[in-house]
Amino acid sequence: MIDSFVGGINEFSKYIIPFLLVGIPFYGLVFKKVKVYESFVEGAKDGFTISVRIIPYLVAILVAIGMFRASGALDLLLNALSPALTFIGFPPENLPLALMRPLSGSGSLGLLTDLVNQHGADSLIAKIGATMFGSTETTFYVLAVYFGSVGIRKTRHALLAGLFADLVGVLSAVYICQFLFA
Amino acid sequence: MLNYIWFGMMFIAVVVGTFTGNIDAVTEAAIDMAKVAVNLAIGLIGIMALWLGIMKIAEESGLIRIIARGLRPITIRLFPDVPPDHPAIGSIVLNMSANILGLGNAATPLGLKAMEELQELNPSKETATNAMAMFLALNTSSVQLILPATVVALMGSFSSQLFITTLVATSMSTIAAVVAVKFLEKRKRFAIVEGSQS
Repeated sequence: MIDSFVGGINEFSKYIIPFLLVGIPFYGLVFKKVKVYESFVEGAKDGFTISVRIIPYLVAILVAIGMFRASGALDLLLNALSPALTFIGFPPENLPLALMRPLSGSGSLGLLTDLVNQHGADSLIAKIGATMFGSTETTFYVLAVYFGSVGIRKTRHALLAGLFADLVGVLSAVYICQFLFA
Repeated sequence: MLNYIWFGMMFIAVVVGTFTGNIDAVTEAAIDMAKVAVNLAIGLIGIMALWLGIMKIAEESGLIRIIARGLRPITIRLFPDVPPDHPAIGSIVLNMSANILGLGNAATPLGLKAMEELQELNPSKETATNAMAMFLALNTSSVQLILPATVVALMGSFSSQLFITTLVATSMSTIAAVVAVKFLEKRKRFAIVEGSQS
């Protein structure tokens, strides 16, 4: 029953974007007599300026992350942390993904792919990994892009709160999967 | 905080790279990622233009106001500093809906629009407001109803089991985000001070 429910949701999700692309102009044109073409172009103009404005922030964040990963420092951090994690029931296999996730979307997708290939999609480790991947965000990237787009440089507590939420998401992913699938 | 993390990552990378003999890789990563950053930003232009265009129609036809009004009881508590009728609330609500439905491509333009509107309410333009921090934290911890397409592709028929686990984990992280922001925004360390370290 769950299977068909979830299948239905994923089937439905295919129609969301096309529906929005047609539904919003339809509502505007038919009910509110909005000049939809002119409005669209007016709004779309901002796409360029905003995208260009975030470049310096993205360069800053992504370069630092790339250097950190390439130096082998991330691996060292993993090795240092794994005994403590095993102690709280956190599978060490999932640790690289958990640490990579806030830093890099493509990097963490690569790690998840690797987990699935090595352990199989039916394994607990792959299920934990996939849940983690779906439950957390590339927090550093989002922070750089969102604050960068309006020129905010003092981010105050946003990073700490975001990372704390990621941590809770990661731990919840581990424990809920162990509870349901182990 | 970002100052120390940013510098710390690069500093540690150079030190570790020197000892592990990966220093060439560190240099290469720095140059590569600089290019990746620009490509990412350029790649955003088209999608941004598409969604900001559609958003403009939604705004001019009054749709955004209707949605924002419906969710006022929630948003008024999460964003007490933002007037309930401010356009920022509409964009925030749309961005969060896009996140919940797993529409990453639509979420970013909507989120950046929300940031722009929140910035109008910001008295000191280089410092994040409480509302911005709340919005960011909610964004990175968003409840997920629909799994990312990449995960479905990887996990195949097992994806359906992940619906519930993801829903639980993201609900927990959203609660954590709200609690953390509300707690931290009152700390002296994170107070808004002109010319302070962040």
